[in-house]
This record gives sequence, structure tokens and C-alpha cells, in this order.
Amino acid sequence: MAKYLLLKHYRGGPAPVVDIDPMDRWAPTEIDAHVQYMRDFAARLEGTGEYVDDQALSPEGTFVRYGGEGRPPVTDGPFAETKDLIAGWMVIDVETYERAVELAGELSAAPGPDGKPICEWLEVRPFLTAAPTVAE
Amino acid sequence: MNGTPLRELIPAVTAVLVRRGADFATAEDAVQEALIRALATWPENPPADPKGWLTTVAWRKFLDTTRTENSRHAREARVEAEPPPGPAEDTDDTLHLYFLCTHPSLTPASAVALTLRAVGGLTTRQIAEAYLVPEATMAQRISRAKRTVSGVRFDEPGDLATVLRVLYLVFNEGYSGEVDLAEEAIRLTRQVTSMTDDEEVSGLLALMLLHHARRAARTTPDGALVPLAEQDRSRWDTGLIAEGVAILQAALARDRLGEYQAQAAIAALHADARKVDETDWVQIVEWYDELDRLTNNPVVRLNRAVAVGEADGAQAGLAALELVDPVVPRYTAVAAYLRERAGDLALAARLYGDAAHAATNLAERDHLTRQAARLHDVLRG
Repeated sequence: MAKYLLLKHYRGGPAPVVDIDPMDRWAPTEIDAHVQYMRDFAARLEGTGEYVDDQALSPEGTFVRYGGEGRPPVTDGPFAETKDLIAGWMVIDVETYERAVELAGELSAAPGPDGKPICEWLEVRPFLTAAPTVAE
Repeated sequence: MNGTPLRELIPAVTAVLVRRGADFATAEDAVQEALIRALATWPENPPADPKGWLTTVAWRKFLDTTRTENSRHAREARVEAEPPPGPAEDTDDTLHLYFLCTHPSLTPASAVALTLRAVGGLTTRQIAEAYLVPEATMAQRISRAKRTVSGVRFDEPGDLATVLRVLYLVFNEGYSGEVDLAEEAIRLTRQVTSMTDDEEVSGLLALMLLHHARRAARTTPDGALVPLAEQDRSRWDTGLIAEGVAILQAALARDRLGEYQAQAAIAALHADARKVDETDWVQIVEWYDELDRLTNNPVVRLNRAVAVGEADGAQAGLAALELVDPVVPRYTAVAAYLRERAGDLALAARLYGDAAHAATNLAERDHLTRQAARLHDVLRG
């Protein structure tokens, strides 16, 4: 098994193929359907023994760095217009890379306005693993 | 109380329940529950006959479950009758349990999970921790695996090769969480050797022992990988090496070579060298040739190129590397190593950097990054 991160971006990545209004313009029932799809998807993966984690992130974040000996950390931002903005992720544990791609495709089919798939781009990134015992 | 002796009994007890007519999934759950009872009561009140105790309690649990599910059903009368006495010796049954848990209809990951639970007696939580997934996910993986094999006849002839492949996978996972999977794989492989008479089972056990012997020397205290050539050989476990070599020699003497014996032979030749420059690379190359013949695996040809480089020089190693498909994992790392040995430090440094980029595990990436950095340092003068 190998773990993959399915990374959802607000911005960054290839150009969207479906032009979709921001979620706050959707009908409440459309939002419900979208959220339910995500829940069902996670529950289904738990059922297949492939689910590890999913999290959503607030779009606003702060950049922080070490400020030097005895000084508080330096903060910057939030930046309204960063090029790449992570919205959240799902972590899956699957048998093959092909399975990871298949699941990302399904997740990207979450319904949007009029119940149509939003077709958002998801980034699939493999986790680095622990070193195997037998290596030579 | 040390959990191991208790866990040793699990496959035999499960097998008795299945023999008496319990379905595998329910039997397995019943044995787990009996085990929890045993852990709670045995320290105060150790039974005279641990296996008999576990079997009785597990059987009662099984009856309880069945009764709840089929209350007032006609079937109840049948199962409530005193069970027929099980076979006196359950060695064969235990092996059948291994076959069931590694059945070809299961994916490798499902077979691993089911084996660790039903044969190894680990809890779902322990297995989940070892594989870094939530307990609920692992519970589902295990129950799906049980469903997958629910139609398999318990005494259906199994294939020892699939059992060995699963145990090898468990061993290779190494160590994470509270359970030492390498130790667990060795324990289970020992159990299989005690029930079978097969050179490859011995070969796998020898391979595991010989690799496990080097464990303390394989990593620095902070977890960085130490390559074989740089390991402090005084930290190798000579007891495990001696045992592994003895088991391997007995297997090889029977002249039925297989891939695990060949791999163990290579590990034994490394273990045999008290200093790295005493390594018998010529023999190692010969064993890689055998292994290549047995497996036709490109990874074997890649490792062979390293051995050829040591036996006959870097140019010969690079020529051997020509025979390997560059898409094989670690190809670039091997190319970097051989280029450095051939004196082309600039190319080697670049290749180490590329190899680090392509590495699929963190310890290896860090190691390759350090190699690139070391060469860049030399090149700067």
C-alpha cells in the first residue's frame, strides 16, 4: 500500500475546465449536496480500507519565520493574491498509483451548481515512505 | 506478562473453532475476545492448560454470538450440542489458517492485515498503528478481507509461496508503532518452518535473521541510513548471523534452490565479511546471476551491477548497468555510485542529486542528498 495526498487548491494548478461561481453563490441545496458527496466519499473509502485523513483549511493564513535569538517570530501576510492557495486535502492509502488517480477523479466529480460535476483539478502527491528492511 | 506465548496459541485455537464448524470471521472474532479475557485473568489465575482454556472460552464466545444472531433458530440446538473433540494435534490446521489469510484472492495489503490479526494475534489498533492508518480503516480492511475468503474451503490446499510473500512483506515494513513488524515476521516464519519441510521457508527465515542481525548498525541514533559498507560491523548480532547461516546451509545442502535461499546467500556473504574489503564480491555476483535466473527481476540486475562494480571495477559495473532498464527504482542512485567509483565526480554529484529527487523514502533521500553534498564539497576543493 502507498499513501497519497489528494491536494485541493483554491488557486494554482491548471486552468479550470468548468467555470463555476464561488460556493457562496450556490443554492443552499447545492451546497448540501456537495458536502454530502464529500462525506459519502470519505465514508466509502473508510469502508474499502483506503481512508486515512481529510482536512479543510481556512483560506487565510500567516507566514511566520524565526526572528533571531531572543526575538519573537516575524510574521507576514495574509496575502490576498498568492498564486497558489491550498484549500484542503485527503490522504488515502491504496494499492497502486492508478487507484489513487481513479479516486482523485471521483473526488473531482463532486457536484456543484445544478448538480453538475465541478471537475476541479486535484493534485496527487505520493508520500515518502519508511526505508525497507531489505535494501541491498 | 509477555504476550508472545499467548499469541502463539491463536492460530491453533482459531483452527479448532473452524474445524468444529464455525465460520472463519466469527471464529476469529471469538478468539480475539477470548484473548482479551485471557490477558485480564491469566496474570492472577494462570490456567493449567492455556490452549484448552482459550479454546473453551473462544468456543463459548462463538456460541454466544451465534445464539444472538439466530435466537430461537433451529440451528441453535445443533451448535449447542457438545462440540466433537477436535484433532489432538492442530499443526496442519494452523498451516491452513496461513493459507486462508494469504489466499490469492486477497490483495497484498489485505493479506498482510489479515495474517497479522488472525495468525499473529495483533489487535486491529496495533496493525493500524504499524501501517499508519486510522483504526476504523484497518478494521474495514480486515473485515473485507474476511468476507473475501469467506467462501474458501478451510482445508483447500494452499500455496506456501503466497504465505512466504506475505511474511516477506511484513518483514520489509520494518518498524513503526508499538509493534515490531520485523520481529513479528520472524516469529511467524519460525512457526511456518516448524510446520513444514521446505527449503524456501528456511531460506526466508535465514534471510530475515541475517538482515535483522544488522539492524542496530543500519541507522544512526537519529534515524539516518548507514550504508552496508560504512556499518560498524561489531554491532552486528553474531548470534542471529550464526543461526541464519546454519539454517541456510541446511537448506542449500538439499539442492533445491529458490529465490529466498539465493537472497539469504547474498546476505550471508555480507555477514561473513568482518571488514568491508573482505567481502567476497565474486561469489556475490554469482548468486545474483542465480537470483536473476530464478526471478527475472530487473531490481536483481540493478543490484548485480553494484556487485559487478565491486568485483571487477567500476567500468564493468557500468557495463552491467547498461543491461538494466533506467526506469527501475534506484537506477540513478546506482549510476551515481558507479560514476563516482569511475572517477567522474561531477556527473556522480549530479546523478546523486537526481536520485535524491526520485527517492521514495525519506531516509534514502537524505542519504543521497548527503552523497551529492559530499561530492560538491570535494569538487569545490
